[in-house]
Amino acid sequence: MAALRDETATARTIVLDVPQWPGHLPGQHVDVRLTAQDGYSTERSYSIASASMDAKLELTVQRLMDGEVSPYLTQTLAVGYPLELRGPIGGWFVWDPDGGSDPAGATAPAAPTPVLLVAGGSGVVPLMAMIRARAEAGNRAPFRLIYSVRDPSAILYGDELTKRERAGDGLEVTYVYTRSAPPGSSVPTGRINAAVLTSAGWPVEASPAVFVCGPTGFVEAVADLLVRVGHDPRAIKTERFGPTGGQR
Amino acid sequence: MSDYMDGNMLAGKLGELFAVDVTAAVGTCVSCGAAMAIAQTRVYPHAPGMVARCPTCDAVMLRLVRGPDRVWLDMRGVTSLQVAVPGD
Repeated sequence: MAALRDETATARTIVLDVPQWPGHLPGQHVDVRLTAQDGYSTERSYSIASASMDAKLELTVQRLMDGEVSPYLTQTLAVGYPLELRGPIGGWFVWDPDGGSDPAGATAPAAPTPVLLVAGGSGVVPLMAMIRARAEAGNRAPFRLIYSVRDPSAILYGDELTKRERAGDGLEVTYVYTRSAPPGSSVPTGRINAAVLTSAGWPVEASPAVFVCGPTGFVEAVADLLVRVGHDPRAIKTERFGPTGGQR
Repeated sequence: MSDYMDGNMLAGKLGELFAVDVTAAVGTCVSCGAAMAIAQTRVYPHAPGMVARCPTCDAVMLRLVRGPDRVWLDMRGVTSLQVAVPGD
């Protein structure tokens, strides 16, 4: 544990020094194992937030009120503590900044495939790794992020997203507030709907690669909407996490 | 019901057994013939172990139970597994 950074009132980024980290693709995760003194051990999966070229590995952990692991990681853990990790793992929900979203890289496309990222709450974490990796690799694939959050105080990486968007190199961010929006918000308060996906996403003809990450209900709803507005189901990659016992 | 997650969460446990990432492999469902990445299966983690079901027909495709010193893997619901490998 090299450093800790509060992202919101309930989410914290854990910065880790991992000896011999082999590097990772954005979207991959690590399994974190905690073992108590009596030998009881438990494991949770967390998405990696940092880009592969970063020297340190970063995880952003959302504290769950009734969680077994997240309160420890977000409140108890201090700089210098060791953590047991396994990873990087997962080879499907990944975007390769060196080869678009096609890991086989069989054909080099003339223009980079546009990417649509749709995040529900802390589902933004692996998508942030993609945004960071894109910038670090100098990849010019146009990115659009649609980020659904409860209210402005729940936004993860808000300042960084604003800065990256202002850099003007092809990242656009649209926030969708489910409970309360700041004054001047361009999108009506509520859940993501087809109109938002159409106006803030890519036209179907652009054939974007799509990554959706969030709680199960969110992912199901967004994936259904994307297919309904005409996106190719094969271009949509999803990652779900549950309220208890699972990822994040 | 949304008390399930998905096959992405199987990657660490399957990684203990296999040299390749099985979650990125395409599996075919015995029951309905649908083909999907194992990452796209619906995973119910609250059973004793993990149960992965077909997202199309809900049939059980894969079961994984991790004991203290062994792993049981039941893949009777998967007729074939298509794994991408680096080309020659």
